[in-house]
Amino acid sequence: MTFTRRDVLVSGAGLLIAFHVPRKGRAAQMEKKPSVDPNAFVRVAPDESVTVLLAHSEMGQGIWTSLAMLIAEELDCDWSKIRVEHAPAAPAYAHTAYGLQMTGGSTTTWSEFDRYRTVGAMAREMLVRAAAAQWKVRPRSLHTENGFVVYRTERLSYGQLAEAAQQLSPPASVELKPKKDWKLIGKPMRRLDTPEKITGKAQFGIDVQVPGMRTALVARSPVFGGKVRSFDASRASAVPGVEQVVQVPSGIAVVATNFWSAKLGRDALQIDWDVGPGAELDSGRLLASYRELAKRPGALAAAKGDADAALAGATRRLEAEYDVPYLAHATMEPLNCTVRLEGGRCEIWTGTQFHGVDQMAAAQVAGVSPQNVIIHTPFLGGGFGRRAVLDSHFVAEGVHVAKAAGVPVKVVWTREDDIRGGHYRPMYVHRIEAGVDDRGLPQAWKHTIVGQSILIGTLFEKFAVKDGVDAQSVEGTADSPYLDAVPARKIMLHSPRNQVPPQWWRSVGNSHTAFAMESMIDELAWAAGRDPLEFRGALLADKPRLWRALKAAATSAGWGTPPPQGRARGLAVHDSFGSIVAEVAEVSVDDRKRIRVHKVSCAVDCGQTVNPLGIEAQVQGAVVFGLSAALFGAVTLKEGRVEQGNFHDYRVLRIPEMPEVTVQILESDAKMGGIGEPATAPIAPAVANAVYALTRQRLRSLPLRLT
Amino acid sequence: MKLELNGQTREVDAPDEMPLLWALRDLCGMTGVKYGCGIAQCGACTVHLDGKAVRSCVLPVASAAGRKITTIEGLSPDGSHPVQVAWAGIDVVQCGYCQSGQIMSAAALLSEKPDPSDDEIDHAMAGNICRCGTYQRVREAIRRASSTRSAQR
Repeated sequence: MTFTRRDVLVSGAGLLIAFHVPRKGRAAQMEKKPSVDPNAFVRVAPDESVTVLLAHSEMGQGIWTSLAMLIAEELDCDWSKIRVEHAPAAPAYAHTAYGLQMTGGSTTTWSEFDRYRTVGAMAREMLVRAAAAQWKVRPRSLHTENGFVVYRTERLSYGQLAEAAQQLSPPASVELKPKKDWKLIGKPMRRLDTPEKITGKAQFGIDVQVPGMRTALVARSPVFGGKVRSFDASRASAVPGVEQVVQVPSGIAVVATNFWSAKLGRDALQIDWDVGPGAELDSGRLLASYRELAKRPGALAAAKGDADAALAGATRRLEAEYDVPYLAHATMEPLNCTVRLEGGRCEIWTGTQFHGVDQMAAAQVAGVSPQNVIIHTPFLGGGFGRRAVLDSHFVAEGVHVAKAAGVPVKVVWTREDDIRGGHYRPMYVHRIEAGVDDRGLPQAWKHTIVGQSILIGTLFEKFAVKDGVDAQSVEGTADSPYLDAVPARKIMLHSPRNQVPPQWWRSVGNSHTAFAMESMIDELAWAAGRDPLEFRGALLADKPRLWRALKAAATSAGWGTPPPQGRARGLAVHDSFGSIVAEVAEVSVDDRKRIRVHKVSCAVDCGQTVNPLGIEAQVQGAVVFGLSAALFGAVTLKEGRVEQGNFHDYRVLRIPEMPEVTVQILESDAKMGGIGEPATAPIAPAVANAVYALTRQRLRSLPLRLT
Repeated sequence: MKLELNGQTREVDAPDEMPLLWALRDLCGMTGVKYGCGIAQCGACTVHLDGKAVRSCVLPVASAAGRKITTIEGLSPDGSHPVQVAWAGIDVVQCGYCQSGQIMSAAALLSEKPDPSDDEIDHAMAGNICRCGTYQRVREAIRRASSTRSAQR
């Protein structure tokens, strides 16, 4: 997501630090239940543990470690004593830039960089003052050392000081360490969640057990937008273990003592669906209609000069059309939501990226106030945008089922429910016309984009939609660094609507715009008879960060030296989420015309780094995610039905297809950017460009398939 | 029926055709074993049956009765299996959801082939999908676990 960033709020409401101590510690502000104090970001306990509360969800991206590093850096505590927990849903944990508790847009680390360090510094200051009072010396004569406050030869541990420190009020302001004194930030740190995740102890939403809980599966319409006309539950109810069959707005829920019974019960349901107009949907016809639309003028997203006149007067004109299909996220943990309605409260256990929105949605369905909706966040078995749902559909559904069933319920989605459940990266078509001069450099650029808007009609519309243009539909084109050098340009957008729910998908608009932009730039380079790297250098002459990243990736890939027999290289660079990633792919094609990616050399400029080991993992992972889409991913519809259902027909990358991915992290003084998403977008064009270099076939559709 | 689960005998009341996965998760509380696809395509549910890696999501519980079942919970008492140690050292995990299955597949591979080639690693792990894309570190960790075990012999 690329909403306008406000300056990160460092101070303000909710930045209190709690020192969790047994109830006998009687500081006034701790009279509220300390274990769920919504204002707490860190707790120092008498047992020396330091507990960091995460305002965002850990879904693999490594914030369990990186946010803890920020607090530990300033608190100067013993790293081995750090514990991490997800915070509850509460206003104190609102995103510092978006004002709503959420995880997404590759924003967590940069948006918390000041807040978490400040919290750590405040806590340290309070511990120092507590020690100073005990020793009756001035705080300035003390220093801290790995979990101790030190005065000459005397030491007091943070645990020993915790109770006294919590009587103090937090300092009004603190000074953060200068960069030269950092001990943790920028150093490779291993993940703190590994011990649980390698022993099977880590709890995900799907693992949650609540006393008296039942498991439910919901039969949802086979066509988007369909409704139940009538249903017969008699056979389903006869399945051993099935206890109830209840209707909810999204379909028919079968409530059973275990998953398998619920599944058999759901299979036995007989439902007459009123499928509605969604049954007309056909992805092939939809693509054809998008291509037609791309020939017509759309809403203006960006313009400079007179692109049409410049095109008419250009030495040479090139046209190309690119398309990408619907994509499911296919998180390894299918969606699920556990709900208990009791005593005027609605308790939810679910892996969500959208606490703020889900809390309000659940409150509405449950008929309680938002503060009586308690969200417990286990680990998320992958997110990639799938769990940041604008309409909170899977959480709202969970509350509906629990309400109708009258018992605590865990609603579980099967893999088929997940693949067929919509909330996809929307299908997109890009049509580009470029006019070039006698050096082959673009002087005119006319670009029409067609695809569903994710944000129009949602509560985020006011932030990101202007004059009918959803900024996320055009991110990476309207603001493309390549287009700055093009004197006449015009970017237009059509945002047709249909019944398929669109959704943020790792790298969002960049997942299609980078493919179109970097493929087209490559086409221009080849048309000009110029080396693709050198050609980009000419266009990026005043973009030193991009050019440096591209050169670094190219050098590491051996650009300019002959690749091994039967292979070729292609490159791409893209600026998204505040970070720049360049990738060079080395590919071959087998005798069955299957594309094989052997190596991917990445260079990343994400500004100040926090945990390089985590950055490397995110870049490798994003490359894999993007490669799955580049080589295999497509959700297609026929008569409104999704044609795929599981990993056999919705293919994703497997280990034998894994290239060797190298990641160079470039030293940078730039403002910190994101890292979860930016490496996703460049891989499809890098591979397509390599395939062209090898075969002279220009593949303009994803997934890439040679004919 | 009786299950020999992680060295203990467990009595479970399950229909014969219930997949072992759900018997383990819903009836025995072994939630380290994960559901990912239900059709033996993703490997998240991998457990050991008499020491061999199997996909518990398609294995009827009755066919596992009387045989030695090991889940991630029973691989080692404290995360000290060489594969787990290598996993921690290489910092493999991301979201972690598929990792029980990855580790069980890797452990079964190494008990059969203590020094697998790169192709053998890929072949043995091809049934385990990771959407976070930890594959490169999975390969590295298996190589490290293999060399640690060789060094110990």
